[in-house]
Amino acid sequence: MEIEAHFFRHESGRIVATLTRLFGMRNLALAEDVVQDAFCRAMETWESNGLPRNPSAWLMTTAKNRAMDLLRRERTARAAEPELVRLFESEWTLVPTVDEAFSKDAVIDSQLRMMFSCCHPELAQEGQVALILHILCGFSVKEIAQAFVSSHAAIEKRITRAKQQLAESANLFDLTVPNYQSRLSAVLEALYLLFNEGYHGSSPEAAVRKELCQEAIRLVNILTGHPRLATPSTYALAALMYLNAARLPTRLDGSGNLVTLFYQDRSLWDHQLIADGEALLDLSAAGTEPTKYHLEAAISCTHARASQNEDTDWQLIISLYDMLITIDPSPVILLNRAIAVAQLYGPERGLQEILDISDLERLSSYPFYPATLGEFQLRLGNCLVAKAHFATALSVARNAMERNFLQRRFDACREN
Amino acid sequence: MNEYVYLYRGYEPAASSEEMQKKTAKWMAWLKDLSDKGHLKSFGEPLQPGGKVVKGKKKQVTDGPYAEAKDVVGGYSIIIAKDIDEAVIFSLGCPIFEDGGSVEVRTIGQPGTTDGN
Repeated sequence: MEIEAHFFRHESGRIVATLTRLFGMRNLALAEDVVQDAFCRAMETWESNGLPRNPSAWLMTTAKNRAMDLLRRERTARAAEPELVRLFESEWTLVPTVDEAFSKDAVIDSQLRMMFSCCHPELAQEGQVALILHILCGFSVKEIAQAFVSSHAAIEKRITRAKQQLAESANLFDLTVPNYQSRLSAVLEALYLLFNEGYHGSSPEAAVRKELCQEAIRLVNILTGHPRLATPSTYALAALMYLNAARLPTRLDGSGNLVTLFYQDRSLWDHQLIADGEALLDLSAAGTEPTKYHLEAAISCTHARASQNEDTDWQLIISLYDMLITIDPSPVILLNRAIAVAQLYGPERGLQEILDISDLERLSSYPFYPATLGEFQLRLGNCLVAKAHFATALSVARNAMERNFLQRRFDACREN
Repeated sequence: MNEYVYLYRGYEPAASSEEMQKKTAKWMAWLKDLSDKGHLKSFGEPLQPGGKVVKGKKKQVTDGPYAEAKDVVGGYSIIIAKDIDEAVIFSLGCPIFEDGGSVEVRTIGQPGTTDGN
């Protein structure tokens, strides 16, 4: 039997969202049970009879039949979405209602609505992201804990709480309500965090991180496929993800060590993803003013277009950072701007830029702040000072990957 | 307001599952519209073809009904209308007519207790 490793995980979100549309939000647990049940049946049947021609359709049909059985048995509000309950009273309307929910368009629509439901304003962002990963991406509590380098108990608690919040609404988020746009912003932000957790995140498992990025891209693609949700911001976020994902293969070297942009083998960047990202960035240009997604995508695009580090248009990158600062004046962005300035005008100017950051103390636990100081000092030939900075960076490193990286930079000071 | 039953005759299942889906969707749209307008007491149910017929003092049980397919009752719904004419008018959108089938409109109740004719 040959099925793709993450087959069940990938199918889970589609089916849970579809069933929740029928059962109502209160019965999310029932939807999850039906999916588990369908998975068990699949394993048993496929084990003895071999794989069906279309495993995904097989699972959908199994879940659909199970849903019909359940709704027939429980023609009460208990197992049904409140507005649909009267339609489940009769076979005349039960079958077509379930058929409709399992149609291709409705399955996509349910996933979108579930994504919006997960981004309930009463939930903290970590709760929203964990919920999306759990319900729509089919990650187990264990896998989410691994991705966020958190304890099983903490993630479980976070998800349980978030689900209680969800259960308070009767059904999936209604995409036709007037305030859907403010919820869309929350969805974009959650997907942005999800992608960043994969891209910059703390999990030492490269595979886990790649999957987080892939899931964020899969979900943003559903948004760009919807006429009203494919806003300039949505396209910009998608562009940002594609352009950054293009560099994923080179972010870690063969031994799993972090490689900074300057030293990456650019021939290994995914040029198809870059082309797709550029096309998305073009589509995003319809808006009146750029969002942080636009600017971050444009910065990423500028890197992607340089075939070697020396060809990078640092002037353009600095001006993009200047615009980004007006939207998000966080010290991390100012630090990144300083790195670009150092590339164009030399490390001395870079150091000055860092000293000018007003709330530097907010960076005290961010290892790349002392590490950047170390890099600048190293380039200026102040090995001793550089070494001290790298030592500071090492003391605040958040995971083994960062520690390895910083240790190698620390050791590099010795060689000079 | 009075209650009427629609007896659908000549309901034909579609050849492919795809066409069947289209067909059930049509039935649902029609019934849901009646329901939304408050004309429906109950969706009723479709009926499977075949069955048994129990008949006479001897209570003879036979397979059946052996009527022509177009004469077999394929389902029912219960309608609320002012009078039988209005109940007839409500039936005009029924998808059964596309199959060449019929809707029998009957007043529910004891003879003489309603305006049924």
